[in-house]
Amino acid sequence: MSKVILKLGDDISTDAIYPGRYMATVLPSETPQYAFADNSEFNSKARNRVFATGSIIVAGNNFGCGSSREQAASTLKGYEFHVIAKGFARIFLQNAINLGLKCIVCPDIDASEGDVLELVGNTIHNKTNGKKFETVPLPKSRQSIIDAGGLVAYTKMRLMGREPLNSAVNPGMIE
Amino acid sequence: MGMTVVERILARATGQHEVKAGDVLEPGIDLAMSHENAALVINQFNEVYKGTGLKPQVWDPSKIAIIFDHRVPAESSKTATNQKRIRDFVAHEGITKFHDIRADVGGICHQILPEYGYVRPGYVVVGTDSHTTTHGALGAFSFGIGATEMASVWALGIALNIEVPKTIKIIVNGEFKKNVTPKDLILHIIGRLSAQGANFKVIEFHGDTIRNMPVSGRLVLCNMSVEAGATSGIVPADLETVRYLREEAGVDEDITLIAPDKDAEYDSIIEVDASKLVPQVACPHTVDNVKEVMSLNETKINQVVIGSCTNGRLDDIESAAKIMKNKKIAKGVRMLVFPASWRIYKEALKMGYIADLVNSGAVVMNPGCGCCLGVHQGALGDGEVALSTTNRNFKGRMGNPQGEVYLCSPVVAASSALTGIITDPSKGVN
Repeated sequence: MSKVILKLGDDISTDAIYPGRYMATVLPSETPQYAFADNSEFNSKARNRVFATGSIIVAGNNFGCGSSREQAASTLKGYEFHVIAKGFARIFLQNAINLGLKCIVCPDIDASEGDVLELVGNTIHNKTNGKKFETVPLPKSRQSIIDAGGLVAYTKMRLMGREPLNSAVNPGMIE
Repeated sequence: MGMTVVERILARATGQHEVKAGDVLEPGIDLAMSHENAALVINQFNEVYKGTGLKPQVWDPSKIAIIFDHRVPAESSKTATNQKRIRDFVAHEGITKFHDIRADVGGICHQILPEYGYVRPGYVVVGTDSHTTTHGALGAFSFGIGATEMASVWALGIALNIEVPKTIKIIVNGEFKKNVTPKDLILHIIGRLSAQGANFKVIEFHGDTIRNMPVSGRLVLCNMSVEAGATSGIVPADLETVRYLREEAGVDEDITLIAPDKDAEYDSIIEVDASKLVPQVACPHTVDNVKEVMSLNETKINQVVIGSCTNGRLDDIESAAKIMKNKKIAKGVRMLVFPASWRIYKEALKMGYIADLVNSGAVVMNPGCGCCLGVHQGALGDGEVALSTTNRNFKGRMGNPQGEVYLCSPVVAASSALTGIITDPSKGVN
């Protein structure tokens, strides 16, 4: 069970998540300090470790649209935030999966800042308003990357010639 | 069953007879492009190799292109140190397609790739930049990826677990009215589709407007396809593609034209009558907030920007110069011009366009992304308004969340620089 710490609308761009002027900072260990940097209240709370790990950001459609900057995913991963959005933009979602940032697609999500949410199987329970919402699975093609714990780990396995389990690439394979 | 252009490209790239939307496959990469964010790719590349006992080595240095453009020259010692690290990596790996901060080879990545003939029809191109979609203009399947994804490409030479995207077919017919440009067409399309209307899909452009459009215009359409959420935009290669590659990009080798099958299956088909279009403006703070220029009454502007991978080409500079020749920029307005490459800059110098712009008061800057992403070379003050030929107007995009950015064509930008308000070019200063 976790609390919603930020509620956002549609089309939240990666410029909003991680402004361009901080992009000289690239390392995942250094990017978290600039999360939502133009929202100084949220940013300073994050940097002062006000939020527990697993805290939830709720957003509308097309979360993470715009630039492919991976810092937008690593900055949120640094705090182990979870993002529940009605929909995600392609590159951001791929970056999030690659880095192990937990993203949940939930087209009907209805939650406000401060609400307590619980994920039970494929359903999100909003303990505060009593409502329940179905989640949509992430692209099956990326499941092997998720299972490996991220793209760095997955690529290591492929480099060493090990075929990972549940490879979506060989549909004829018996799992 | 027939295939779309991207389906045909991916079938070819994976040695298969036929692929369809939804199939998962792993195509070889023909060209992998990065700019200053190669610093992060290098970091992740080294992470991948840690503990494997293998020596980090890119799969094929001839297929990697690295261009410095986002922060040129470096705005901070941190960036300069990143660039130094990349320079060392390039030398170590033997990457020859390297475009440093030099006037003999420099420019914006999405101008350098076409200009230097690095892209071919039928190629699978990836780049650590969302506007990598630009190169669909040359009939390639070209899309943006993140840094860690690129690290895996450098290591393996393939794109992992690609799901074949569905394709939206957009048919554009009719001739543009005076003062209407490809930028207005793509802004109109984005306004129609919305910022997520093409999410996870490819846009395939057809129609006589497209057939008659030079590559410079097709680059604009494909560049901004990502702003409708598209994975990529693509213009099936034709004789104009060949002309560009042979005459402007100096390509000597065989070129294969890939067209969609007559019975290809599309997710949807949209028709646009180009002859009805008027100049468009994307208003703050989303790219799909598109209005006709004549509906913007008396919007005062402070900074005009002409440039970027969207509209920094010779024809863009030419149209601005023709409007501004022998005229002066309005009082209180500043104008910045960023040619998309040094080759374009030098051509514009030869043609007298730079002189015309400078004499009108425009500040002509070095080729590069400039202020497009709010790093340097043109910040906005609190409450200021920019009118720009770039591709994004998100809050804070040009460096100041208290600023506002409107997007338009070079024709609207130049006309407006003379009046100081967002101006319908047909009503501009004559």
